[in-house]
Amino acid sequence: MRTSTILKSVIAAAALGLLAGAADARSVKWARSGDALTLDPHAQNEGPTHNVLHLMYEPLVLRDRTGQLLPTLATSWQIREDDPTIWEFKLRQGVKFHNGSTFNADDVVFSLNRALQPTSDMKGLLTFIDTVSKVDDHTVHIKTKGPNPLVPSYLTNLYMMDKEWAEANNTTTVQDYKEKKDNFAVRNANGTGAYALVSREQDVRTVMKRNDNYWGKGEVPLGITEITYLTIKSDATRVAALLSGEVDFVQDVPVQDIDRLEKTANLRVNVGPENRTIFLGMDVASPELKTSNVKGKNPFADRRVRQAVNMAIDREAIKRVVMRGQSVSAGVIAPPFVNGYSKALDALPKVDIDQAKALLKDAGYPDGFQITLNCPNDRYINDEGICQAVTAMMAKIGVRVNLMAQPKGPHFTLIQKNPPETEFYLLGWGVPTYDSHYIFSFLYHTRSGKDGTWNATRYSNPEVDKKVQSLTGEVDQAKRNATIADIWKTLSEETTYIALHHQALAYAMKNDLDIQVSPENTVHMKFIAAKR
Amino acid sequence: MNDQAHVAERMLPAPAPQGRQEAAPVTTQGVRRGRLAAFLDSDLVHSFLRSKLVVVAAVLTALIFGAAFLAPLIAPHNPYDLKSLSLLDANTPPAWEKGGDARYLLGTDDQGRDILSTMLFGTRSSLQIGICSVLLALTLGLSLGLWAGYAGGRVDTVIMRVADVQLTFPAILTALLIDGVALAILKHHTAEGSKFWILVVAIGLSFWVQYARTVRGVTLVERNKEYVEAARLIGIGPFKIMFQHILPNVMGPVLVIATINLALAIITEATLSFLGVGLPPTEPSLGTMIQVGNRYLFSGSWWMVAFPGLTLALLALAVNLLGDWLRDALNPKLR
Repeated sequence: MRTSTILKSVIAAAALGLLAGAADARSVKWARSGDALTLDPHAQNEGPTHNVLHLMYEPLVLRDRTGQLLPTLATSWQIREDDPTIWEFKLRQGVKFHNGSTFNADDVVFSLNRALQPTSDMKGLLTFIDTVSKVDDHTVHIKTKGPNPLVPSYLTNLYMMDKEWAEANNTTTVQDYKEKKDNFAVRNANGTGAYALVSREQDVRTVMKRNDNYWGKGEVPLGITEITYLTIKSDATRVAALLSGEVDFVQDVPVQDIDRLEKTANLRVNVGPENRTIFLGMDVASPELKTSNVKGKNPFADRRVRQAVNMAIDREAIKRVVMRGQSVSAGVIAPPFVNGYSKALDALPKVDIDQAKALLKDAGYPDGFQITLNCPNDRYINDEGICQAVTAMMAKIGVRVNLMAQPKGPHFTLIQKNPPETEFYLLGWGVPTYDSHYIFSFLYHTRSGKDGTWNATRYSNPEVDKKVQSLTGEVDQAKRNATIADIWKTLSEETTYIALHHQALAYAMKNDLDIQVSPENTVHMKFIAAKR
Repeated sequence: MNDQAHVAERMLPAPAPQGRQEAAPVTTQGVRRGRLAAFLDSDLVHSFLRSKLVVVAAVLTALIFGAAFLAPLIAPHNPYDLKSLSLLDANTPPAWEKGGDARYLLGTDDQGRDILSTMLFGTRSSLQIGICSVLLALTLGLSLGLWAGYAGGRVDTVIMRVADVQLTFPAILTALLIDGVALAILKHHTAEGSKFWILVVAIGLSFWVQYARTVRGVTLVERNKEYVEAARLIGIGPFKIMFQHILPNVMGPVLVIATINLALAIITEATLSFLGVGLPPTEPSLGTMIQVGNRYLFSGSWWMVAFPGLTLALLALAVNLLGDWLRDALNPKLR
């Protein structure tokens, strides 16, 4: 009798101990509407792709949720005093890749040069680089074309690969995503990150295990032992999966379901602004639009038409109804986080259907015209709903929009193809560098070489290009900001893009997780502690 | 030769239904009323009136068909007219609920479209696609079935093996496949306008097998009967024999399959639209409406999915009941 009581208490204690052991670690099932487009670290400069890559790969410098730069694979960085065009990065010692090989300066030189290849989508971030050279095993010099004070903030999404691994697996060349090419790195990963790839099924699930040799052990919580990243495209299914307990964390919560989830016991909803603006782009330079009934000329080439479109869009209605308040209506495609943003730039155009119609009439389109709008349906919050609302608003000024919504993979290909295969499209742009130059170089600069890779508007203004290029070499912050303001002034008069809103985010999760919204919408799981 | 043919034709049992031959000479009212009376007194009508359920199903089907095809006349709003939409009217609950609006009896969807009007137009699209695809499947299945059954040999083997292979795939999978291939071939910018016909072809091609198998079976039996042999003897071409002599005998079972398939075709269209490969949200069918409404189920906007869902269920049920009844009524073994 007594022994059995003791036995029982021992068992109970053991059970409690097991529970306690489980309390500070757990696995997470994480659902999102779209998957990473590829695992090749330099093939796509796209949010959800970075989100997944950050779990397995690491950059030299990381930007955390609050916007601070954190030493990651580099422990310190500075401009050489003897030469202002050289940035010296000291690398972290004793870091191992998932396959066991050691991280060193050769890997950095290799990775940055790989990211500069023509097929890389990250090349547009690195236009300032002249050469990258190894000084010793743990020191790297980046020589810039001119003095550039912002180099570290351009490196926050530039992942370090293992040179030997890439060579052994014949993957030293970046995947050409828009031409649908493939390589070993697209489906395999070997980084230094806190999580290592276990298995991956594109657009279905990616399983990652905690890296027990992670250099940051003891410095970061690492509360999550295993991550199962699931793609659930349907909004209702994704929310149902969270409500039923099948998943633990939903990163894209449909705005209409925030209320319901907040009221559910055991669930937590965190909201916050994203460093991203949603906007429409137009082909402003082609001689003729393929999807339009207007032949021989391009309606969007006429600034009055662009202004009419701008005036016809009721941003506040989209915010209230489609976004249910989870957005800030925008007049400029720069989010408020960005250097160069100003309230004056962001002033909303007045909704004026009559004036818009008058402008169209002046431009020679009294009866409007026809056009196809390309729209993603699994990338931004309610993206297809926004496009439908735009379609109806365009109809009010006689512009008959044929809406073509599809998943982000094919949608982004339309934009990135050369020449682009879209003439009117929805896009969202996040700014990881927190600086206007990133917007100018990708979205406004003439498409050529490393620049303008996401500029499907065919907009080309040599004067703007020259000013944008001058930004990288300008050390005087005041002078640089003046140039930025000057560029924005020219661009907002052009109305090349039509800003819709700055997007806000909502994350929903089980109560024991507390994942805060990051302005880049990138969840760094290593910072998450699980508490029950 | 002429004489021979004459004798032979007299020996044939009437290939076509009796009524058609009489139709031409009958002109007087008395006889016409007699025909109507005869029809009203037929087994078909009796069996129809005997079952209340079937009468209800028929009335329901007629109502839905009528409402759908009169949609442009009776719908309070035109959901295809984007100019008339106002985003500010979106997500309005049905008129009798709190926050409802008398202009929108069954509420509005997420773009401010009137649910009732959209449903009428959507049902019309669903029915049009359903009927067109059934006609396509029927034409294709009937022709191939007749040919296979009549010609036999290698033709029969090839056609029926293709049919067998297709039978191993669920119809929805075949439809998805055809839809995807058509979209890829037609490229995206031209696809939207031709979406209707893509759906018709996709659904039509996935349902022809049943017709072909049934028709082939009946044809195999009929082609060895005396009247066919006689027809062949007097030199009537195979084409004429198939369509004029054998076809009328297989129409009964084909009609039954067609009715039941109509319900299936409507559901398949709804499924394709629900999966996002059917009609676009700017020209919604019932399936598209259910897909859109499904997104708002958790947020309490039940009306967006409930009304189109209910309509689809009722329509499919009613047509199915009619088909079932027709099958029983036309089956001599069950009489």
